[in-house]
Amino acid sequence: MNVQVVSLETRSKAKRFGGKSGGRGHIQIKGVTVRFGHGADAHQAVRETSLDIPPGQFVCLLGPSGCGKSTLLNSIAGYIMPSTGSIQVDGEAVKEPGPERGMVFQQYSLFPWKTIRDNIAFGPKVAGRGYAECSSIANTFLEMVGLTRFADKYPTELSGGMQQRVGIARALANYPSVLLMDEPFGALDAQTRLMMQENLLKIWSEFGTTVVFVTHDVDEAIFLADRVLVMSASPGSIIADLAVPLPRPRVLDMATSPDFMEIKKECLEQIRSESLKAFEEQDR
Amino acid sequence: MPAPAGVPRQHNADSSQGNRSAMSVKARASELEILETAEISAGEARAVPSAPFEAGGPRRSLPSLATHALGLLQSHGPSFTVSLGALLAGLVLWHLATLYKFNFYIDFENTPSPVQVGKSFLGHLSTQDFYIHIGVSMQRIVTGYLLAAGLGITVGVAMARSRIARAAIYPYIEVLRPIPAVAWIPLAILMWPTEESSIIYITFLGALFPVVLNTLHGVEQTPEVLVRAARSLGATRLQILWHVILPAALPSIAAGLAIGMGVSWFSLLAGEIISGQYGIGYFTWNAYSLINYPDIVVGMLIIGGLGTLSTYAVRLFMRPFLGWQRRAR
Repeated sequence: MNVQVVSLETRSKAKRFGGKSGGRGHIQIKGVTVRFGHGADAHQAVRETSLDIPPGQFVCLLGPSGCGKSTLLNSIAGYIMPSTGSIQVDGEAVKEPGPERGMVFQQYSLFPWKTIRDNIAFGPKVAGRGYAECSSIANTFLEMVGLTRFADKYPTELSGGMQQRVGIARALANYPSVLLMDEPFGALDAQTRLMMQENLLKIWSEFGTTVVFVTHDVDEAIFLADRVLVMSASPGSIIADLAVPLPRPRVLDMATSPDFMEIKKECLEQIRSESLKAFEEQDR
Repeated sequence: MPAPAGVPRQHNADSSQGNRSAMSVKARASELEILETAEISAGEARAVPSAPFEAGGPRRSLPSLATHALGLLQSHGPSFTVSLGALLAGLVLWHLATLYKFNFYIDFENTPSPVQVGKSFLGHLSTQDFYIHIGVSMQRIVTGYLLAAGLGITVGVAMARSRIARAAIYPYIEVLRPIPAVAWIPLAILMWPTEESSIIYITFLGALFPVVLNTLHGVEQTPEVLVRAARSLGATRLQILWHVILPAALPSIAAGLAIGMGVSWFSLLAGEIISGQYGIGYFTWNAYSLINYPDIVVGMLIIGGLGTLSTYAVRLFMRPFLGWQRRAR
């Protein structure tokens, strides 16, 4: 798979539609707790979490499976209502899913009966935009993810990596202020995954939307993010908030550089000590 | 593909008529698979023979043409030849049985021979009544079936999307579904103002349940992640229904429509045998009353042929909507 270089035209279009975030996409999470079930079966997936994500930041939620990171993401998306606390995006309380918060799922989320073009144009179409506008938006994003040649194919005719690029394009076609990604590359093979990460960063550098990216892969989190939020299971809370001072643009070579290793080491040490603390707290 | 496309389809339609009441969700699902495999095998069978011609170009010597014809027979022919041979063998056996008045448990003494049936059929082709019988039956099928398709899909979607609708309607479905069409006849005659409307009602009822249950099943099978994706893309409830749920359920709905068509014929015949003055079912039963035995078989074969044709028409109609599915394989 080749990584597509974003063309100048796409770049100017992205800017016109409020690229570089334009101050949109400020996520404020205040005292959020998410509980599932009732009575004795009740289970706390997310406990008393507060967060402030400034516009345009790339944040990775890192943690083992079942730690509540997807639950937190789904709360921002509006699929899950927090039991307590509040979530606001740009000052508006999140009540339900909406096009200003684009969502990219792990896999198999494209409409198999729609062509790639129609999948990407879905958001503009249901928003009531005309045919001409829909197809021009679709063309812009097809080009951006390098799939113009595949516009009239159906999702199942594409590889997993291509499908995820379509998923990203489809979410971005609504020009969201926030892009929420739930382990989007988790089902891809290692090589494709690296390409996709670089590809995503390129797209993000043009759009500058706020990104919340859920992953359990430390390398992925460090490579992508400005900021890594480490979550731990059982209490379902954020145990570490780490800044990633690597320069941008980031390229694949960086993933093996001494700087990267240094940050990774720090990150792992902090995860370890915070996890231990969390365990001790639990035992008490 | 070893078997011709027609064989699994036939089996499918028959089993749905035979033990409609015993059909579980699982059985329907497997039926769906059979439908799909039938469709694929049909597609492949067509795709294979066309290839050598495209490859060769227009000009071709006689020997090479013969080789290609042979190749055609080899790729596509064997199953077709076997089917044709089996049909012919059946005709010959039937003929011999009637010729020698075979009578051992099954009695062929009064059974018409294939030649008699053929003659009788050809004779009917030039009478107007014969076409009226067929026309009346087709009209009943179309009316009852279209009503069943429309209401069936609506009710199926409502049941799948609303818990209240499901709780209210499901008991009716469960109680009414196992009742065979024949059992409805007396009540239908009492309830409906005309004989015609009671026959259409019975036809409608036959097609209704397969359509409802397959729609329900199909809608329930919609992957939740697609609904979630549509919501986050800004789709309203109605838009989700139209753009996500209905397309996702369509393969299952198409299977239900095809099965429903078969059951619809099955029910129509029951209705026509007991009451009515026209229709191919009446024609068949009347032939028995009038001791005109070849016509019984003529009627039966017409019913079989029309049933198959109309099921095929339903499939053909649904095909453009399911193009994405074939592309996917």
